Amino acid sequence: MSVQFTVNGKAAAVDVEARMTLADCLRQHLRLTGTHLGCEHGVCGACTVIVDGAAMRSCLMLAVQAEGSEVVTVEGLSNDAELTPLQTAFRKHHALQCGFCTPGIITTAHALLSEEPYCDADRIREVLSGNLCRCTGYVSIIDAVLEAREAYQNADGGAR
Amino acid sequence: MKLPPFDYACPATLAEAVALLASHGDAKPIAGGQSLMPMLAFRMASPTLLVDLRKLPDLNRISIADDGVQLGAMVRWRDIEDDVRLRAAHPPLAAAIAHVAHYQIRNRGTVGGSLAHADPAAEMPGVALTCDAEIAVTGAAGRRVIPARDFFLGPLTTALAPDEIIVEVRLPAWPARRRWGFQEFSRRRGDFALAGVALFYDEDADGKAVNAHAGAIGVADTPVRLTGVEQALNGCAVNEATIAAAARAASADVDPPDDIHANAAYRRALVGTLTERALIASAAI
Amino acid sequence: MKNTFIGSPVERREDLRFLRGRGTYVDDLAPENLLHAVILRSSVAHGRITSIDASAALQVPGVHSVITAKDMPGGPPIIPMRLQPLPEFKPFEQPVIAHTKLRYVGEPIAVVLASSIAIGEDALEKIAVEIEPIPAVANWEVAARNQSLLFEEPGTNRSLVFHARKGDADAVFRDAPYTRRERLRTGRHYGLTMEPRGVMAEWDAGSGKLIVSGAAKVPFFNRRILAKQIGLPEDAIEMVENDVGGGYGARGEFYSEDFLIPFAARQVNRPVKWIEDRRENLMAMNHARESEADIEIACARDGTILGLRGEVHTDMGAYMRTNGAVGARNVAQFLAGPYRVPHVSIDSSLWMTNKTPVGTYRGPGRFEANFFLERLLDIVADDLGVDRVDLRRRNLVSSSEMPYAIASVQPTDAKDEYDSGDYRAALERCLTEFRWDDKAKLQGALIDGRYHGLAVVCFIEGGAAGPKETARLAVNEDGTISLYMGTSSVGQGVETVFAQIAADALEIPMDRIRHVYHGSTTYVSDGYGAYHSRSTVMGGSAVLDAAANFQAAIRDAGAKRLGCDPSAIGIAEDKFTGPGGNSLPLAELAGLSAEGAFLNKRHTYSYGAHAAHVTVDAKLGQVQIVDYLVVQDVGRAVNPLMLRGQVIGSLVQGLGGAMLEHLQYDEQGQFLTGSLADYLLPTATDFPNVRCIVLEDHPSPINPLGAKGAGEGGIIAAGGAMANAVANALRSFGAQPRQLPLTPTYLWELVQAGQREAAE
Repeated sequence: MSVQFTVNGKAAAVDVEARMTLADCLRQHLRLTGTHLGCEHGVCGACTVIVDGAAMRSCLMLAVQAEGSEVVTVEGLSNDAELTPLQTAFRKHHALQCGFCTPGIITTAHALLSEEPYCDADRIREVLSGNLCRCTGYVSIIDAVLEAREAYQNADGGAR
Repeated sequence: MKLPPFDYACPATLAEAVALLASHGDAKPIAGGQSLMPMLAFRMASPTLLVDLRKLPDLNRISIADDGVQLGAMVRWRDIEDDVRLRAAHPPLAAAIAHVAHYQIRNRGTVGGSLAHADPAAEMPGVALTCDAEIAVTGAAGRRVIPARDFFLGPLTTALAPDEIIVEVRLPAWPARRRWGFQEFSRRRGDFALAGVALFYDEDADGKAVNAHAGAIGVADTPVRLTGVEQALNGCAVNEATIAAAARAASADVDPPDDIHANAAYRRALVGTLTERALIASAAI
Repeated sequence: MKNTFIGSPVERREDLRFLRGRGTYVDDLAPENLLHAVILRSSVAHGRITSIDASAALQVPGVHSVITAKDMPGGPPIIPMRLQPLPEFKPFEQPVIAHTKLRYVGEPIAVVLASSIAIGEDALEKIAVEIEPIPAVANWEVAARNQSLLFEEPGTNRSLVFHARKGDADAVFRDAPYTRRERLRTGRHYGLTMEPRGVMAEWDAGSGKLIVSGAAKVPFFNRRILAKQIGLPEDAIEMVENDVGGGYGARGEFYSEDFLIPFAARQVNRPVKWIEDRRENLMAMNHARESEADIEIACARDGTILGLRGEVHTDMGAYMRTNGAVGARNVAQFLAGPYRVPHVSIDSSLWMTNKTPVGTYRGPGRFEANFFLERLLDIVADDLGVDRVDLRRRNLVSSSEMPYAIASVQPTDAKDEYDSGDYRAALERCLTEFRWDDKAKLQGALIDGRYHGLAVVCFIEGGAAGPKETARLAVNEDGTISLYMGTSSVGQGVETVFAQIAADALEIPMDRIRHVYHGSTTYVSDGYGAYHSRSTVMGGSAVLDAAANFQAAIRDAGAKRLGCDPSAIGIAEDKFTGPGGNSLPLAELAGLSAEGAFLNKRHTYSYGAHAAHVTVDAKLGQVQIVDYLVVQDVGRAVNPLMLRGQVIGSLVQGLGGAMLEHLQYDEQGQFLTGSLADYLLPTATDFPNVRCIVLEDHPSPINPLGAKGAGEGGIIAAGGAMANAVANALRSFGAQPRQLPLTPTYLWELVQAGQREAAE
């Protein structure tokens, strides 16, 4: 089946089997291999991408269901020149080790901070409880997301 | 863990969707897919056709009126969480839904999907059963309304015919002074409940409980009503003695299974504890 | 040597790619003409294969071929043991694919090669396997009856007994004024990695070369095994280490697929990739930790430990895998932990059962031993009326006793000694930072419906397994320097740590070390890998040796260029310098390289203490951590930021094993925890209040860095600390947890039993 959607701001058209998940489509057809598969049954969060502004598990979504959507992956939240404030905070706090869960955590945290730039540590923990990390013990991840909030906040108290 | 092969259709109207389901022997509707997709990944389901409901109009409405709260089948957990009106319009709904899964799943999982999936430990079926909800469905034979008490037949089994689609769930009106409690315990935040208890009652002029409703999840093949709890409450002031009696009745009401997360004796006691705590919370409101 | 970077919280190099989604894990490789491998695994625990019929599977469009044991002339090769390769274990080693007998749910039966994984999985359902069932051996007690045998030839389900001995335990027990015997159990769990395993093999029939991607941990050793099994010279095989999404002891050992996929690629002369899915991972990757101790302690009335004796029984699963014996050996050798125990006699039996085979998991045997002993010590303290902290103070090995000889183990004749340290100082630091004296009065208190409990336990962590590690430094065309390592990355951050060490050794800025290559077999002549908390100590010390050789080589070469004495040559940034301000670009020496090595047969022992403050809801059996502190002396922290990450990360893994993670089977050996909804990993909301303090008070005397292995200190004592804290919280019920994990059901049952007892 042919599917058209936007990925990281660019139009994408792919021809996929109906049974292909969005995660596999991103990885195999679009070679966006930053989106990782850690369980393929909707528990680990490594495959989290942002669909029409909301963080979703791309293993629990068919590629054909993304028709007409705007999809953002970890690659779309990165640039060559420098690390983003969120990435900078992750590096500073050593909020990643093996890096496998990291893309899903970056996308989730970005979606959260975009919507709730003033969230507290408890809210961050609650939201990130849908992303498994086996290396860090989470403490440094929470610290990093807390620190990155500022970059998502506006002087008037709203979200940027 | 790749999905088995199937065809896919994304109809624009309910009628088309029903026709597709009716004309294929082994078709299944997919809404948010947050329960169905893992089933497919484990190949515990292998439909020949998936009928995607995402383009169907008007199924994502939350309406609050004098006769109650109506949730369209495509209303997501996220929508319930974001709708501040619901916290007053139906407090136990909001409280129960706060326990559902995780952020990403809440952005996609739907009310209708949860009811149709009918996991015995899921919150929405428990709320529907406890609150005497009605589930409006449409199928090839037309529309019908199924009371929640007739809807859940077994684990992952409902009264839905293969060609029927849930349209909405209707929760009866919620008087402002109604007393209620919702308690759930799971191994980790967002996991399916080891057990959960929802209950409410009104108070008569003497301050005695009337119209008591109580239900539990995670303790049987389906969500269950705790009739012993309801009897223990009706006509009584909700004091320490009543609460203790109701908690005992709750444990006696259920015959839970053993599983890898908890054994039967624990779950039985847990239902009592959660009932006790829900009642203490209800009395404090 | 300067210490500009060593000891600094340098941000990691690896992060720049990982944060942007640009890591390259093995599943990210997709060469042309790739075939995908999918593995049919046994659904029964114990049985005999009577037939395999793959004809229907071969009819599925997109299926290329199906490989079974029949395709292997001479039968499927056997996977040899890497550590403790004793002759006694030979009959119990695993064939790469089931041949005649199936011994666990998950054992490979057939490999389907197809144009996609989905098609391969469609075909799996069409392979007909007839199996004659055999009664399952579902736990060690059933194994010990030796009625149903996993292996007929040896005639027993016990593959070995390790004997740990020191002094004369039986003599001291005869006259001991106080003894206590307990049975304690740890639950089966494992080093689940977020990246499932994966192997991709490319065979070039023309040149006879085999490239295997997805290697990890011990690629040089695995190449030796594969070369022998597949009949190629070692130098015809290149093992490529990609980014690796976690190791924890489990990833990178030689598994069935490490043969099956290269074999398949050679059979079909096309690239073949296999990526483990999570359900497979749960039943194929090494399990660990399921152990039962029946042990006895002898003490003087003041709590001085006189001796330890008893038995430990470890459930090995169905085969002796590459490092499967380590846990059972360690639990015997390290049962005494950091304590002075003059007389030890522990027999540790290895029982074969119809479950997934075991291997090491971070802190192998040490997690179990710590739980067994620390649980026992708190029970002793209560029995003797001795303060539980004083009991530990009294018995910790003191710095004046270093090096301290511990029990030796037969039949491997493993003798060992603790290298250095002040165990008591670390305990005191932990107590102070934790404010133990203030909090201790909460012991057992019921506040707002929750019971408070506190515990402090001590641990040692072994590290730096020898015999050797290698490193090579080379000048690049652009005058930068590259470092080539024999050790591996499993995600710890070795690229940064080794660059820090090399830059300081060469006294140059870190960015002059352009790249740190590691893991793949192409870079250095030999390598040993990433296990036993050895990478920084062994690899880092090898970097120092390589740097000395490299400097000497530059001096020699530079002296010729600048016409001076070698001793006058120095390195400054991108130049080498001579007398009189003369200098030339390092690029002029491009290609110059020098190798170094570090040899070591002794082990480092880092050490410390864990303190836990928990509350328990006795009706729910729910435990929450109020505060948890790890204090660990690591000798020397090359990168304190990353070291913290190791301690906290391993601690939360340990809390997972103590509270949540549990691989479960029924009595027929059927596997019950095949998804991440069944096997519960810690999430961000489970253990928020954890912290650590890293000390560098006692550098190791046995390596030039002074570093001690430090990847396991957080995990080792988590079970003991949590169980003791929960026991103390529930002391009014007389609750004594004797098994892990501390599930709600188990804790509730302890409370119920206590209430029943009180009522009687």
